[in-house]
Amino acid sequence: MSKLVAFAAIQGAYNMVAKAEGQLKKTLASKDAATKVEFPNTAYYLPVIYSLLGIPVKTIEDLRKPLAIAKKLLPPHVKRVNHLPYLGPLLDAGMAALFASEITEGLRYVNDPDFYVPGEEVDPSSGKIWLGAADDTIMRKRGVEFVDGSAPGFAAIVGAAPDVETAKLIVEDYQKKNLYIFLAANQSGTTVAEQLIEGGVQIGWNTRIVPFGPDISSAIFALGFANRAAMAFGGLQPGDYKRILKYNKDRVFAFVNALGEVNAEWAAAAAGCVNWGFPTIADTDIPEILPTGICTYEHVVANVPHSEMVQKSIEVRGLKVTVTHIDIPLSYGPAFEGERVRKDDLYCQFGGKVQCTELVKMAEMSEIEDGKVTVVGPDLADIKEGASNPLGIFVQVAGREFQTDFEPIIERQIHHLTNYIQGVMHIGQRDIAWIRVAKQAVEKGFSLAHIGKVLHGKFHQDFTKIIDKVQVTLFTNKADVDKLTAQARAEYKTRDERVDKMTDETVDIFYSCTLCQSFAPTHVCTVSPERTGLCGAYNWMDCKASFEINPTGPNQPIEKGECLDSKYGQFKGVNEFVYKASRGAIKSYNFYSLVHSPMTTCGCCEAIAAVLPLCNGVMTVHRDYTGDTPSGMKFTTLAGQMGGGAQSSGFVGHSKYNVTQRKFLAGDGGLLRMVWMPKSLKEEIKDRLVRRGKELGVPDLIDKIADETVGTTEEEVLAFLQKVGHPALSMPPILE
Amino acid sequence: MAEEKEKKEKLADPVASSIDVATQEMIRRAQQLGIETAFDRGEKLKPCNIGTQGICCKNCAMGPCRLPLTKGVDPLNDDRRSICGATPNTIAARNFIRMIAAGASAHSDHGRCVAEVFMSAARKESDAYFIKDTQKLLDVAPHLGVATTVEVDGQVKDRDLDEIALEVAEKALGEWGKMEGELLYLKRAPEPRYEIWKKLGVLPRNIDREVVEIMHRTHVGVDQDYKNLMKQGTRCALADGWGGSMLATDLQDILFGTPYPLQSEANLGIMKEDHVNIIIHGHEPVLSEIIVQVAQGQEMIDYAKSKGAKGIQLGGICCTANEILQRHGVPLAGTYLQQELAIITGACEAMVVDIQCVWQALANVARCFHTKLITTHPIARMEEDNVIHIEFDEHHALEDAKKIVKMAIDNFQNRDKNKVLIPKHKNPVIAGFGVESIEYHLGGTFRGSYFTLNDNIINGRIRGIGGVVGCNNIRVRHNEAHITVVKELIKNDVIVLTTGCNAIACGMEGLLTPETAQVYCGPGLAEVCETVGIPPVLHLGSCVDNSRILLAATEVVRAGGLGKDLSDLPAAGSAPEWMSEKAISIGHYFVASGVYTVFGVTLPVEGAPVFKNYLFNEMEKLYGGMWDLVPDPIEHARKMIAHIDKKRKALGIDKARERVLLDMADRQKLDAA
Repeated sequence: MSKLVAFAAIQGAYNMVAKAEGQLKKTLASKDAATKVEFPNTAYYLPVIYSLLGIPVKTIEDLRKPLAIAKKLLPPHVKRVNHLPYLGPLLDAGMAALFASEITEGLRYVNDPDFYVPGEEVDPSSGKIWLGAADDTIMRKRGVEFVDGSAPGFAAIVGAAPDVETAKLIVEDYQKKNLYIFLAANQSGTTVAEQLIEGGVQIGWNTRIVPFGPDISSAIFALGFANRAAMAFGGLQPGDYKRILKYNKDRVFAFVNALGEVNAEWAAAAAGCVNWGFPTIADTDIPEILPTGICTYEHVVANVPHSEMVQKSIEVRGLKVTVTHIDIPLSYGPAFEGERVRKDDLYCQFGGKVQCTELVKMAEMSEIEDGKVTVVGPDLADIKEGASNPLGIFVQVAGREFQTDFEPIIERQIHHLTNYIQGVMHIGQRDIAWIRVAKQAVEKGFSLAHIGKVLHGKFHQDFTKIIDKVQVTLFTNKADVDKLTAQARAEYKTRDERVDKMTDETVDIFYSCTLCQSFAPTHVCTVSPERTGLCGAYNWMDCKASFEINPTGPNQPIEKGECLDSKYGQFKGVNEFVYKASRGAIKSYNFYSLVHSPMTTCGCCEAIAAVLPLCNGVMTVHRDYTGDTPSGMKFTTLAGQMGGGAQSSGFVGHSKYNVTQRKFLAGDGGLLRMVWMPKSLKEEIKDRLVRRGKELGVPDLIDKIADETVGTTEEEVLAFLQKVGHPALSMPPILE
Repeated sequence: MAEEKEKKEKLADPVASSIDVATQEMIRRAQQLGIETAFDRGEKLKPCNIGTQGICCKNCAMGPCRLPLTKGVDPLNDDRRSICGATPNTIAARNFIRMIAAGASAHSDHGRCVAEVFMSAARKESDAYFIKDTQKLLDVAPHLGVATTVEVDGQVKDRDLDEIALEVAEKALGEWGKMEGELLYLKRAPEPRYEIWKKLGVLPRNIDREVVEIMHRTHVGVDQDYKNLMKQGTRCALADGWGGSMLATDLQDILFGTPYPLQSEANLGIMKEDHVNIIIHGHEPVLSEIIVQVAQGQEMIDYAKSKGAKGIQLGGICCTANEILQRHGVPLAGTYLQQELAIITGACEAMVVDIQCVWQALANVARCFHTKLITTHPIARMEEDNVIHIEFDEHHALEDAKKIVKMAIDNFQNRDKNKVLIPKHKNPVIAGFGVESIEYHLGGTFRGSYFTLNDNIINGRIRGIGGVVGCNNIRVRHNEAHITVVKELIKNDVIVLTTGCNAIACGMEGLLTPETAQVYCGPGLAEVCETVGIPPVLHLGSCVDNSRILLAATEVVRAGGLGKDLSDLPAAGSAPEWMSEKAISIGHYFVASGVYTVFGVTLPVEGAPVFKNYLFNEMEKLYGGMWDLVPDPIEHARKMIAHIDKKRKALGIDKARERVLLDMADRQKLDAA
């Protein structure tokens, strides 16, 4: 049977390579050979070709080389009898087909630049439903979810289901299991993406349903995403194909679902995916390949009924997905976190123009009743459609191991836990929360009490070690909400002051964070009170709580030990830990410097700071900013060069919050060295930036920091700094 | 008179002599023509009962001393002694390791010859030999301690290939006679294996020395402790497997190309009535490579046509056949026992021979036909006056080869058409598997790895690996034991790696085709064969290429999941129809490498029970591998399977593998990529 697959796939590979060759010839005939080829806003060129072959394709001309390799990989056709072995040739043919696919898609960006919609969202009203290559911002943002496990893997679905309901059934089941769903190719002109839109399902990166493109060649975007993750988070080098593919086999839990008739080109693409260890599970009667080896388990499984597709697929891939059932009438899971409730779908909202407040408080064990959820005031059934209503969510938790320090951590969970509810959207936090409820949710019987149920269930599940009891009260009367808000604001103030007073000197314990080691095996973060984790997700208190909750987990206490250098922030205990954890790769690092032995950086960092020698200062850029920077590199290029656990003088990854912490680059002169950052970042951290500027005696520091509107070259920035009299210019040389 | 005499003489029964129909036809044909073959002689000449037991010592002129084990010998008080007082153990051990010495010499001298040709190619002194496979050169170089890069101004650069080749040649030749140190290839073995050798003091120093030391130790009045004698036997056998043979294989691959799978045919039916048939027989590819090149050239094809032939058909016998098959797809004419029969077809214009396993009987058979029997090697000549000697040397290789091929073509017109009878039988074969090509075919350019094989051994689809090799032996029905053992193994999901005459036998029987898998294999092995598109029996080449089996097994160990040493693998070795001293050397280097090795036919140890027990049982405690003798082929295979099952159990893979589903926490525990 495998012989038939090999026979077909090799045929398909010949077709696809021939097509790519034809397209390249045609493009070369009509366009300058130096015409740029790229997937917009990525630093990885054509990522499959770049990652596996180490060839950076920049122009049409550059495509000749990978095309030649693809042609060379094409094996002889399989003979009917007394054939030669074909598994190796089959996989090579598959790879040739995938290189050809990437060439085809690269040329599509040249010849039909508007075919794909940039960004995360589709626009069905204008028929723009294909997203094409994920840019690096998306890859990093979403990649982190693969790193921390909030997305266990992805299902690449090619073709179309027999009907809309089946398409919904399969895709929503994957959503519930937290997987990403990547869509490509069509079955006689029908696609799963279109079927979902017809069925009223929101698609786009935010709901984890990603329509890449309508042709089989667009499946390459899924593999490009996976390989970029391997390079960005795994620290693997382009061209190191053995390790990149092995990384995918071991760590990226992806597979292919082939819906509908499998033609030769699909067979070729499926064979190509086997190189990644991604098996194909089909709903039609195609030849199966069951022995293991290249994939962890089976390679091709056929004839799977649609009702068993999801279960069978994750089983074949060797993936364990634990989904706890939350007893509410709506689907629940991270896949629904990014789902919007748009104006037309809106039933009512809490917050926005009216007050919406959330507060978590520790209670005595005897004080509260576990699982008790009370709605005080009108519930959804009593609220008119289109109304804006105040809301107060008051959560009381008790537990023998619970500490008041954990309150903000638990409170911060309300945002995403509420957002996980299908048809409910949550924005903001604390006293600026905002919840929008869709009509569909109310139709299915959703009530505010369900928010309480969700919080009760999830808190118990995620924080079982520290939480024994959870009681939730939801207030919908203005007076109650105002009362709660007043109490909450006093709480927030106390909390903020407590955190503010905490310094690296006042604690003896720092925490390690190896959360991302499943993806970046050599990187070790150390988190101190004044240096939050560079991913922005974990501060010192989070780590402390995480350790309490899971003493053998990714956050381990480190006795900081003797301070070896107070200026740069070097600690004996930390050095010893890092030396061991990095397997001897890193001997020491400094907490407060980017010039001298800075901390290592992984692909998850929120922002990267770099020295600008001409300006005698530093710049920083966050990952949402895709433009050029005065360092000469975009964020993604910077991250690409130093991610994966590297220590590179002159650069350091950090969280956005860290910028305004007192110890930020203190050894190099601190925040006063900051000469450039993107405008959007300035906006985001404005309040704290202004406050910190005042503390440093430069109240207008924010205005003295250049951004892209000033320029993106060091010369332009320098001229600006001289004009405004930036303090960095009068500081000692940054590079001694 | 002559007729009367013939009737009295006992002739071989063709069907009882071979399972191969072509062979049966040719035995019958020979008997019709009144030509005696080895099959007939086998009926007349029975083996010596005392020699068979291994206890005849003729190492000095006081003897020969024969100490047969008879019913009268009390096993608890065995007082048999030679004139000098040697026990049966000493005698059997001395004889045994002298066989090892002879076998190791044969392989290693072959290797030396290749190394010398390699040197002339590296020095660019030859017009016929060149460094063909530069990738293999680069792969081999580090194992000989030859750098493949150089540092120029602090930058690492690729080293000049000619320079590498020259140093490889020097280092390789040094292995035969260097003054100090140990063989460099020993470190290619898994580390625990090397440590065992080191601990037991059996690391070979240089190839020649180990042979010489055997001859010394077995001289009258030197080493008289069978254990100590076997220690030297081990050292010498390792110098063959991990020395001479391995160097022969590697250097041949560099000179002539590393084999990749290809299609061809096997058995006497490959000879063509309307072609000039040249049969190449022997072992070294040094000569045959050039003959293939010349015979396939247009000049000679045209010349053949001018003499009334449609072309030139080459065919091989014995390991030369395997060498030119795996690199050029030249078909296999037959096994060791068919060498006379190729001439008896009446259609063999020339039989070109070099070294090893070439019978003097060929001269007599050739005399009955027009066939030119051409010896080519200075160390292997025949006394008969009809034998032509054309000495072949690497400096005049093309010239010599042309002379030989031309002589064959010129001989076409002398063929007596009435005497021509070529059997129709032949079967397709897929050959050309090696360490490199197996790796490729287990996952392609990007994912090629022995792990795929291991994974299917671990999950039980493949039960284990059998290495089935070796000669034919007139004392058993031609090919019967070979084929029965192999079929029994694959039926039980044991994948078979084959070399030598077993490989040819499997080819003749049609077992070297992928289609075989569905017919003869157990369901698990069949499924894996179907997935990879391979036959269940993989042709790995000639008898020096048993080194490929050692290295393939080493790769299996490296790929992980099946233990840390060769002796941990669910694998076993076999030589069902062995006859030559080379087989004893091979058998022993497999045992010393940790492999349970079963021989068929007989072993010259029966007369010395204590020594036999040492080989069959005590060895396992030292090396993890041991000898066995099982003449019945089914039982032979079953004992191999039982050993494989024992190893599976020790590895904890004797039960069905669970499907392990990983969650994020499991993934975080994975080792760094």
